[in-house]
Amino acid sequence: MFQAQNLKKRFGAVQAVDGVSFAIQAGETVGLLGPNGAGKTTIVSMIAGLLTPDSGEIRLEGRAIASDTDPVKRAIGFVPQDLALFEKLGGRENLALFGALYGLKGAELDRAVDMALGLVGLADRQKDAVEAYSGGMKRRLNLAAALLHDPKLLILDEPTVGVDPQSRNAIFDNLEALKQRGLTLIYTTHYMEEAERLCDRLVIVDHGRVLKDGTLQSLYAELPAANLLEVEIEGDGAPLCEGLRCVAGVASAELRAGRLAVGVDNLAMGSAAVLAWLAARGVPVLHLASERATLEAVFLNLTGRSLRDA
Amino acid sequence: MNPTAFYALFRKDLKLFFSDKRAVLMSFAAPILIASFFGFLFSGSSKGDAAKVPAAAVDLDGSAVSKKLLAALAADKGLDLKAENLDAARERVRKGKATVAVVVPKGFGEDAARAFFRGGLKPEIGVLYDPSHTAELGMVKGLLTQHAMEVVSAEVFNGETGRVVRRDTLKELETTKDLPAGERVALKDLLGSLDRFQASQSTAKPGGTGGGGGMSMPFAMLESAVTSGDKIEYNGFAHAFAGMGVQFILFMGIEAGISILLLRQTGLWKRLRAAPLSRSTLLGSRAASAAAIALIILAVIFAFARLVFKVQVLGSFAGFAGVCLAFAFMTGAYGLLIAALGRTPEAARGLAIFVTLLMVMLGGAWIPAFVFPGWLQKATLLVPTRWAVDGLDAMTWRGLGFLDALPAILVLLGFAAVFGAVAVWKFRWQED
Ligand SMILES: Nc1ncnc2c1ncn2[C@@H]1O[C@H](COP(=O)(O)OP(=O)(O)OP(=O)(O)O)[C@@H](O)[C@H]1O
Ligand SMILES: [Mg+2]
Repeated sequence: MFQAQNLKKRFGAVQAVDGVSFAIQAGETVGLLGPNGAGKTTIVSMIAGLLTPDSGEIRLEGRAIASDTDPVKRAIGFVPQDLALFEKLGGRENLALFGALYGLKGAELDRAVDMALGLVGLADRQKDAVEAYSGGMKRRLNLAAALLHDPKLLILDEPTVGVDPQSRNAIFDNLEALKQRGLTLIYTTHYMEEAERLCDRLVIVDHGRVLKDGTLQSLYAELPAANLLEVEIEGDGAPLCEGLRCVAGVASAELRAGRLAVGVDNLAMGSAAVLAWLAARGVPVLHLASERATLEAVFLNLTGRSLRDA
Repeated sequence: MNPTAFYALFRKDLKLFFSDKRAVLMSFAAPILIASFFGFLFSGSSKGDAAKVPAAAVDLDGSAVSKKLLAALAADKGLDLKAENLDAARERVRKGKATVAVVVPKGFGEDAARAFFRGGLKPEIGVLYDPSHTAELGMVKGLLTQHAMEVVSAEVFNGETGRVVRRDTLKELETTKDLPAGERVALKDLLGSLDRFQASQSTAKPGGTGGGGGMSMPFAMLESAVTSGDKIEYNGFAHAFAGMGVQFILFMGIEAGISILLLRQTGLWKRLRAAPLSRSTLLGSRAASAAAIALIILAVIFAFARLVFKVQVLGSFAGFAGVCLAFAFMTGAYGLLIAALGRTPEAARGLAIFVTLLMVMLGGAWIPAFVFPGWLQKATLLVPTRWAVDGLDAMTWRGLGFLDALPAILVLLGFAAVFGAVAVWKFRWQED
């Protein structure tokens, strides 16, 4: 339903987007993942028609946005990264205004507002001024405001920034419900957990370019190890790393924050081998933990940098 | 144009304006308060109780003439005169307690009478003045001249000093060589006939010397202000409410423009741009709401002025409404201009307030433009506020007809069109 071809956008000296292409099927949820300044907001702004690309092409259901008033824009619901609400107006008043921007009025508008308020669970606070809402409630209303005109493609630019875990869960429940209804979602984030929970497919961007585009499974498959063991030992672990890498079933071994980080493909066999190897050398193990390899690791593997401090 | 969206945006602006107590106070209470104050200041003189100029008088002469002069000055309703010694008078002027001190020199009575006919050594009346009040100085000098001429001439023609001086002058004429013979004869004749005239006066009016006679100002001034009707007085409140209304409505226009810049600081601008809205809907709705608020402010403050200060639209009501409407449109367009040229809200607000105050000052909103020097009156025709204030003045206290409002209406609409065009041309629709 959507294609982007070789998008480029430059701001002064900064090449914010540098030849980005990807496509989305109807009903798919695609995560746009990248560190701060990767170009995520610039990409989705071009998709929503807020920015004109320097070059390249965007097609929605085969058509490009031709003008400010192009009806194609009605197919898009846009949730900006920064809150987009009139703080002095009530929750319902805000939604009624944003519905009216798409030409809704009367009973049709009322119905759309009721539905959106119900979805994000703010029906009982609809009369209060937005300035009296909590941060999480504002985020939920910010999401509801993009749904009034019943868009086909919902673009969410980091919709959970600055949100407590409870509200974040609520937003995820809302998004999953929308997914169930068959909405197509583009979701930008630099939180791996979010992308893992929600997205069918990931487009990983850095410095304005696509590093990787694929399903979660295909990305994990490229990792050297599917699981990570975290071993806390007594004494210095540094000299042990080289020996550990030669153990059968171990893909990688290094020291992270004073602990051994050992990558293994098979959790049961790999951990047994590592523990046996350490025991044979008389190294006391204080604590052992394991975790599945994450997108964090995928990103690290692709760029050699961690996502959060990239 | 999408009428549903346009109306929703327009209503939103009005709601936001009226829910902002500070904005409402600034737009309604502030102009009413300040205009009432200015109105009191500028309409006081029409009731004939203008403040008297505080003055001091020092009589170093003590002659009949100097006493009469001081009495005449003290009786003048333009002066609040107090007799003092020289040091006290100088001190009062220095401290600003008196605007002018008049010092009558020793020998003034006799010297003035002598100089009246022959010129020669003229007595010098000292005028000590406060340099911050040169306008009043001119007025006091005028009064002094008038009263001195009256008192001295009366004395010369009728008074005792005059008789002595005339006799002395006649004696002098016998011996003097510096007058041509013809003039000497003529002057002798004049003085001689004066003596005879006075002698006959004193026999006809027994005991009557010092009174009447002499010179007086050859005319009196009958002051009457020219307004639309005989019974109508100039109402300084009309001008003050027009001026302050214009000023604070422009401030409101600035805030309307700033509100667009503020949208960019949140995600709201993106949300609005993501909707299928034309640029004319987005900007036009904000200009229209600012214009509507401007009309509401004008209606409220002129209603107040009418109820409390009897300010009336004595001219064409259609003209008044037309000027209000045109000025309201100009305000909306002015707001858009600020939104288009401003970068950050803070920087834009500072500069816009400065420019607005300048326009308001040059437009004659504080001090009426008719007291400006001629070149400035011409130059300020380039300032839209001048047309707004003059237009409102013309329709209120001047009581002129619709045709006299038409130039102001057209010029204001012209400014609105230019501001709007520049705003649309320069507006940043995308970040770059
Ligand atoms: N309006 C602008 N003017 C100048 N530079 C810009 C502008 N918008 C973005 N940039 C630059 O373009 C690059 C990409 O910015 P963008 O906002 O798209 O990143 P992002 O991936 O959304 O980052 P974040 O996770 O912090 O939101 C950055 O280097 C940014 O500084
Ligand atoms: Mg961003």
